[in-house]
Amino acid sequence: MIRYLIKRLVLAVLAMVAVSVLTFLLFFAVPTSPAYVMCGKQCTAHDIAQTEQRLGLDQPIVVQYADFMKGIVAGRTYGSGELAVHCDAPCLGFSFRTNEPVTSILARTVPATTSIVVGATVIQLVVGVGLGMVSALRRGTAFDRAAVGTSLVGASMQIYFFGPILLLLLVYQLHVLPTPGYTSPLADPGMWFEQMLLPWLTLGFLNSAIFARLSRAQMLETLAEDFVRTARAKGLSRWRVYARHALRAAITPIVTTAGLYLGAALGGAVITETVFGVNGLGRASVDAVNQLNLPVVMATVLLAAFFIIVMNVVVDMLYSVIDPRVRLG
Amino acid sequence: MTATASSAATSGVADDRPYLEVDDLRVQFKTEDGIVRAVDGISFALPRGRTLGIVGESGSGKSVTSLTVMGLHNAARTRITGSIKLDGREIVGLDDEQVRRMRGRDVAMIFQDPLSALHPYYTIGKQISEAYLVHHPGRKAEARKRAIEMLDRVGIPQPKKRADQYPHEFSGGMRQRAMIAMALVNDPSLLIADEPTTALDVTVQAQILDLLEDLQREFNSAIIMITHDLGVVSQVADEVMVMYGGHAIEFGSVEQVLRSPQHPYAWGLLQSVPSLRGNAEEDLDPIPGSPPSLINLPSGCAFHPRCAYKMVGGGPCDLEVPELLPTADAGHVVACHLPENERRRVYEEEIKLGAAQ
Repeated sequence: MIRYLIKRLVLAVLAMVAVSVLTFLLFFAVPTSPAYVMCGKQCTAHDIAQTEQRLGLDQPIVVQYADFMKGIVAGRTYGSGELAVHCDAPCLGFSFRTNEPVTSILARTVPATTSIVVGATVIQLVVGVGLGMVSALRRGTAFDRAAVGTSLVGASMQIYFFGPILLLLLVYQLHVLPTPGYTSPLADPGMWFEQMLLPWLTLGFLNSAIFARLSRAQMLETLAEDFVRTARAKGLSRWRVYARHALRAAITPIVTTAGLYLGAALGGAVITETVFGVNGLGRASVDAVNQLNLPVVMATVLLAAFFIIVMNVVVDMLYSVIDPRVRLG
Repeated sequence: MTATASSAATSGVADDRPYLEVDDLRVQFKTEDGIVRAVDGISFALPRGRTLGIVGESGSGKSVTSLTVMGLHNAARTRITGSIKLDGREIVGLDDEQVRRMRGRDVAMIFQDPLSALHPYYTIGKQISEAYLVHHPGRKAEARKRAIEMLDRVGIPQPKKRADQYPHEFSGGMRQRAMIAMALVNDPSLLIADEPTTALDVTVQAQILDLLEDLQREFNSAIIMITHDLGVVSQVADEVMVMYGGHAIEFGSVEQVLRSPQHPYAWGLLQSVPSLRGNAEEDLDPIPGSPPSLINLPSGCAFHPRCAYKMVGGGPCDLEVPELLPTADAGHVVACHLPENERRRVYEEEIKLGAAQ
């Protein structure tokens, strides 16, 4: 187990390095000089050269990359003299456009995204998986048909259609909920909850549809397995057959999917955040791309990759806990 | 030990009366394509300590018969008529809960593929003790002891250690032994084995069959051995029932059915067994055609479209379903329109020499 973990962590670090190299190359792939973008249209050639120097863009690419990596570990200072800005470790870059280290942008936006995504994940696991399981056990009944119909609608719906409808109805017409946004749960838990409710319900419902379909299919497949017949042949009660034998086996692929979903969503629930105007990571990265604010783009891409890689490791570990056939090593 | 001894003593007395009596059993499923008549009027009786072999191709109704005895059919889609009596007690029409209590305790089952029939996520010991605990609630320590005892009894070395291993850590033969241990943990009076050796190596097959015979002697249980392998039948069965299209078409002692079969389908089965001593160049003689659809059985004798001897006796093979009628041999019954002396002649002159005996 320990050996496996170390092996996985080494691989994860390598993957992160690969992603960082690729994103770093973005700086050089864009047609305009980042310095030009940053300093604006009225810049003279002298200004641009100065900015480039300040950003370290006049250095060879390898040195720039080394500086960037060094910044993560030890922090770094951009420029010198009066114009110098210091960026504390872990320094993921400096957003000259907003005049702050990238990490403070992340610190501001990550909690919002995490709130949305974790809440929606809880809903999709409870409602989605629950619905799928129950409809598999009641296959062919009115309940099953209703659940399958609803989840088909949910799975084919888009957030940017469903979200604004809910927003219009619940916020602007009925006034039962405040305008969505992010308030720190530490500052005002009630407000945090009320503002998050709409994004949760929207994203949670749509993801529930996908998880209901997945878990219904998994459960039906498992119920047809020989070992479920064996469990019944032993004389176990229906409930015990379902809960101990069928569910345990059906849940494995659901855990995988849920974990990877979570990893991907933590990197930014772009559409949800945009629809509901929540300042999360997804919105920050879209803004950064629009403004060609490359340090921020790079940091958000790295962070998203980090979440996905971490969740992959977590899923693999869970897998080995659930399924004894999976030997880690 | 005392429990086994006393039950053996009482069952010894009751041996005259069959433990399992099936009378005119009919099982039908509703499907989108129509009604499947999976079992269509089957009767047999089986006392403790005896083995009945049920032989037939896939889809002949042999597995459905056993699943119905276990109450493992899908109750919502299945219609059952006729009677199944276990130790004199009618179980057709019993509610789910009553059948469940009997399952695993009075009647147990061994399945074809022990790898897929065992749960991949639980240890062998857990799965066996679970089978014991259902019928002996709350006696956890005893269940584990019993599981280890049973593993030892079915010939698994180091049973204590093996009990904590998972099915994937067992070899195929060991898995089937564990499956048998699980089935026998509650001393069932009837054991249904559905193709228990089909998924195993030939060398392991023989060991498993020997084991079943030993255990049968020890526990005095009745066994239904479902198989398409005539070799298995000849090794373990006392009586044989040949099924085709949901009907029993021949029934008798193992000698009667394997040494002097009278139904053309049974001849076909015998002829499709490869011989060890025969000519290697010679082709096997399979039964032409394929098993009939249980939704639309052929009219008359269900086998007649594939039968080389149809209408030979002038009988109404394509019109009338032949009844199971007694032959000159007591206990040997056959459902065929061919006259008996003609059947005997054909078997002696045409089949016997060619068949792999």
